[in-house]
Amino acid sequence: MDKIIEIQDLIKQFGEFTAVNEISFSVNRGEFFGLLGPNGAGKTTTIRMLYGFSPPTRGELRIFDMDIDTHFRRIKARIGVCQQENTLDPDLSVEQNLHVFAGYFSIPKKEAAERSREYLEFFALHHKKDAKVMELSGGMARRLILARSLINRPDLLILDEPTTGLDPQSRHQVWEKLEALKKTGLTVVITTHNMEEASQLCDRLVIMDHGKILVDGSPEDLIARYAGKNIIEIEGPDQALIEYVKEHAIEHDDLGRRLILYEPEGKGLNNTIRERFCNEKCIYRNSTLEDVFLRLTGRELRE
Amino acid sequence: MIDPAAFSWRFLRVWKRNLLVYKKIWKVNFLTPLLEPLFYILAFGLGFSGLIENVKYGGADLSYTEFIAPALIATAVMWNAFFETTYASFVRMYYQKTFDGMLATPLSLEEIITAEIAWSATKSAGAATIMSIVLGLMGFVQFPMGLLLIPLAFFGGLAFGAIGMYFTGITPTIDLFNLPIFLFITPMFLFSGTFFPVSNLPVWAQPFALAFPLYHLAELARRFSIGTNEISPIISIGYLTVFFLFFTHLALGAMRKRLIQ
Repeated sequence: MDKIIEIQDLIKQFGEFTAVNEISFSVNRGEFFGLLGPNGAGKTTTIRMLYGFSPPTRGELRIFDMDIDTHFRRIKARIGVCQQENTLDPDLSVEQNLHVFAGYFSIPKKEAAERSREYLEFFALHHKKDAKVMELSGGMARRLILARSLINRPDLLILDEPTTGLDPQSRHQVWEKLEALKKTGLTVVITTHNMEEASQLCDRLVIMDHGKILVDGSPEDLIARYAGKNIIEIEGPDQALIEYVKEHAIEHDDLGRRLILYEPEGKGLNNTIRERFCNEKCIYRNSTLEDVFLRLTGRELRE
Repeated sequence: MIDPAAFSWRFLRVWKRNLLVYKKIWKVNFLTPLLEPLFYILAFGLGFSGLIENVKYGGADLSYTEFIAPALIATAVMWNAFFETTYASFVRMYYQKTFDGMLATPLSLEEIITAEIAWSATKSAGAATIMSIVLGLMGFVQFPMGLLLIPLAFFGGLAFGAIGMYFTGITPTIDLFNLPIFLFITPMFLFSGTFFPVSNLPVWAQPFALAFPLYHLAELARRFSIGTNEISPIISIGYLTVFFLFFTHLALGAMRKRLIQ
């Protein structure tokens, strides 16, 4: 298999603080790869090392089978980056943003104009090509950043929380575009807090916390492994239920006022709960990546 | 330390970006260098003329306006370059995240910083060109020798752009640029042989004036506009070259420390 990214025992320290602590993973060509984790887990730090913004403290990081330290220019020429903050150039118009950025990659003017037109069409921004960047809505600005990150026709696209802060309409539109890009065989690395986004887009993902990788797998695989098939959430569970759960060794999380049961496929637990233990409110639903995420990283607030 | 592989002609792309933005408001940008020398010459020429006798400078006997006219070009070079790499670069770096965007491309940080300094020098050269024409029409700059003021302005702009960029690398907030302006730029503006010859200063203060880069730039500006100066132009060119290289080196180090984490 063709490896686009290979990371071995990568460490990043800021003074005394270790933001990324000996992580290892690899991404294959054509893969849509997710980096998930709560705030401060080390996702953005990892991604910044990937595109050469931040030098690793220790460990090995190879992209396109080259060392970022010695081949930063050749690697960066083949990467597209969609940063978390809005780094669009407010002094330039929408179209100029793409033209000037293409210049940084030494793309000839004519070619840059063609690609700009193509991507403005693709991201439904053509009617805004002469607008000032400041006049764009959040969704449009995000789409322009995406368009800009594709201007060098990258072999690897890096997206740092591409839909954070967008309204549902804009979010779905971005997802649709990312799905389309995925079909072209583009290799993508994405960080996100949005579990729906990760399940929908990612072929494979890792969940990080405190600078470490906790798990690695496809979304379906991780759900089956860590959250069973179905979830039952019971408000105000009574003592009898808690004893029943313990007795039958059912996987669960006891949150005091609320009990969450993880039910493997075909146990018929639903009916038992419905008949015997559902005093107040009970929710029966499929397990999601969010359940996996919360089980692995805990429910305490971050920051 | 500084890696030679981090430098390439690609820096011109960043320079071009600044030119593109500048062209959008070029009319406003041209107004200052057009009017500034007129105001100064009018104020000092008409207002001061009765108060001040001729100035003895480098063996020549100059009218007061003849004496200050070349220095006006030198001070404009200083203000243009220094403001560009302090306030304007800081806004691009800190508020607009323009450098962050650039760093996701094959550009290196060294190229971005070099381009910013080169751009500030270009602005200085642009301002000096217009001022030389205006002052030339009034008879204060001799042509064709005065054409040399344009490359001189670029050269001087590099020196002031470099030190401005160094301050941008170390200043925590944009408000603190007041400090180098008040403690460094303003005294230099006044005491560099710009509005009166350094020989009028008390003897103990003269070496300080000679340490100011603006002194050397004003010296060279007089050499190229009226053909007179106090000290050898070689010394002034050497001093400004060393000043530029030294602060470019410091600026690159400070910006690397600030942006690459």
